[in-house]
Amino acid sequence: MECVVNRLSCACMDESLSDDRELLREMLEKMTVARKFEEKVFELYCKGLLHGTIHLGIGEEAAGVGTAMALAPDDYILVTHRGHGPAIGKGCCVNAMMAEILGKQSGVCCGRGGSMHIADLDKGILDANGIVGANAPIACGAALTIKLRGIKDRVCAAFFGDGAANQGAVHESMNFAAVRGLPVLFCLVNNQYGVSMHISGAMKETDLTKRAIGYGMKSFECDGNDVLAVYETTKEAREYVLREGPCLLVEHTYRTSGHSKSDRNLYRSQEEIAQWEAVNPVARFSNFLLERGLFAREEIDGIDRYSKDAIETAVRLAFAAPDPSTAGAIDDVYA
Amino acid sequence: MPEREITYAEAVREAMCEEMRLDRDVYFMGEDIGVHCGAFGISAGMLEEFGPDRVIDTPISEAAFVGAGIGSAITGMRPIVELMFSDFMAVCYDQIINQAAKTRYMFGGQAKVPMVIRTPSGGGTGAAAQHSQSLEQMYCHVPGLKVVVPSTPYDAKGLLKSAVRDDNCVIFLEQKLLYCTKGVVPEEGYTIPLGSADVKREGKDLSIITYGRTVQMSLAVAGRLAAEGRSVEVLDLRTLSPLDTDAIIGSVKKTKKAVIVHEAVKFGGFGGEIAATIAGSDAFYCLEAPIKRVGALYSPIPFNPLLERTVLPGEDRIEAAVREIL
Repeated sequence: MECVVNRLSCACMDESLSDDRELLREMLEKMTVARKFEEKVFELYCKGLLHGTIHLGIGEEAAGVGTAMALAPDDYILVTHRGHGPAIGKGCCVNAMMAEILGKQSGVCCGRGGSMHIADLDKGILDANGIVGANAPIACGAALTIKLRGIKDRVCAAFFGDGAANQGAVHESMNFAAVRGLPVLFCLVNNQYGVSMHISGAMKETDLTKRAIGYGMKSFECDGNDVLAVYETTKEAREYVLREGPCLLVEHTYRTSGHSKSDRNLYRSQEEIAQWEAVNPVARFSNFLLERGLFAREEIDGIDRYSKDAIETAVRLAFAAPDPSTAGAIDDVYA
Repeated sequence: MPEREITYAEAVREAMCEEMRLDRDVYFMGEDIGVHCGAFGISAGMLEEFGPDRVIDTPISEAAFVGAGIGSAITGMRPIVELMFSDFMAVCYDQIINQAAKTRYMFGGQAKVPMVIRTPSGGGTGAAAQHSQSLEQMYCHVPGLKVVVPSTPYDAKGLLKSAVRDDNCVIFLEQKLLYCTKGVVPEEGYTIPLGSADVKREGKDLSIITYGRTVQMSLAVAGRLAAEGRSVEVLDLRTLSPLDTDAIIGSVKKTKKAVIVHEAVKFGGFGGEIAATIAGSDAFYCLEAPIKRVGALYSPIPFNPLLERTVLPGEDRIEAAVREIL
């Protein structure tokens, strides 16, 4: 099967996109909100104000936000333990997300899930899975519903990483979706590390697009640090899924934050992190908008201020919100 | 008009077909369930009646299709998923334990997972260690799952219909040696609520508390003892989770003696939970003898039929345990 290498970069952006200032604004705003959200979560953790664990995706904002924004509101997505970015991209409320991370009843999952499990079914975020690769079979099922009910304009996107790409559940799912023609968009966010292991240590063949070949699927590939490339490639891949069936979309990016709160970055150099920080997607997109004259500095600064305020509000509301009632500790074990 | 008798296998099929006729969202998925009709012939005729969109043959890929059942259940369907042997649950343990059982709670009640996993379990067929286990206790230990083990065709039909209508993931274990057993099953639809035990034989001197295939063995033992003037009650739990604790406690308070029987390995088996239910209730004060448990020996199931009969509990071991305290 063919692999469409979509090396679109900001420099060759579709002209029609540059006219859509609202879309560009939303992209920058959501990426900025995602960045500031995670920076705030990390700050709260460092201050000892946050219980439990966190997995940040700082550096991966374009992949999460760009993909989620390219989907239709009714499309399903299933995210991972590192799911804050795509959740914000799909429209999950940051107030409810922050409250969830602080374990409050007003959290999107009523404080039952925490940072790893921010699902929002009203927004089509069906799953936020702490087991690497485990959301792919579930995505096949959501796509099966779409198919069985004859819903025409809906796909199901499963996010997973290069680490999950070696899980049996992911391989089984790609095969299952392909053989049954299920509308699944397999979104492989290649941040190059599975916890501490670089892809070169985890797989002999590091061209992840080739994973599609064995299942008779088409693949798409893009610069995952370029939100416009991610957006346009996802749009193209989504159309393909609607028309032909499942496909694999590989987005190349980098997690500048550690794997989880305990990460001491023993497996990579500060130079490597700095190199990627220099091409981080939020600053890169801001600069592009400025250089192209699409947005003025004041507008960019305004988005930055708005995002900062939104996160401060979310934190304030979350700290003020009550804990769940212990009387309800075992509510919702069963429907 | 004589009452209709059908097999356990036919009762399972009838329950599925009735629910699929009633509700378009119910569909059936598993390995070789279409043309092949399943490893035990359960789905004979279903592909012809419902077509390949509702009787879905899957690749040999348990994690994928059990997970797909979950995903479709979350989005509004009501899948019945067949695992060819209950031992294969180990192949998709993550999807059952970490996904199906957790999805509702972990997301604060946003989702429900109305899915039935039907699967043949138990030994006695010469299928050796990887196709003969009774693993129900492992699922009872996981909050979020329900566990059903019917012993008769009548119960199988009524309980399966309830399981399909339940909004939770139900593990529905069908012991293979029961498939050919026959019993009276009404042609009209009926349901049996999950969580209700059934007194299969009334008695006043001792309670055998059991479920699944050992119900029939226990009834045979109770019949023999009746000839000696001893009155043994046989309580069939039918559902292990939720558990009908009132029925257990009530029966033991009446008979004052309890023997717990299951085909699963005795050590660490569900019988321990039943014994603790009795010992932790006011039935404890009524006990006139120690609680006895009968189960399989602590061993994988052997192939050789003589060895298999040795490892699995039989009427002889049940009768010996009963006589010990009667």
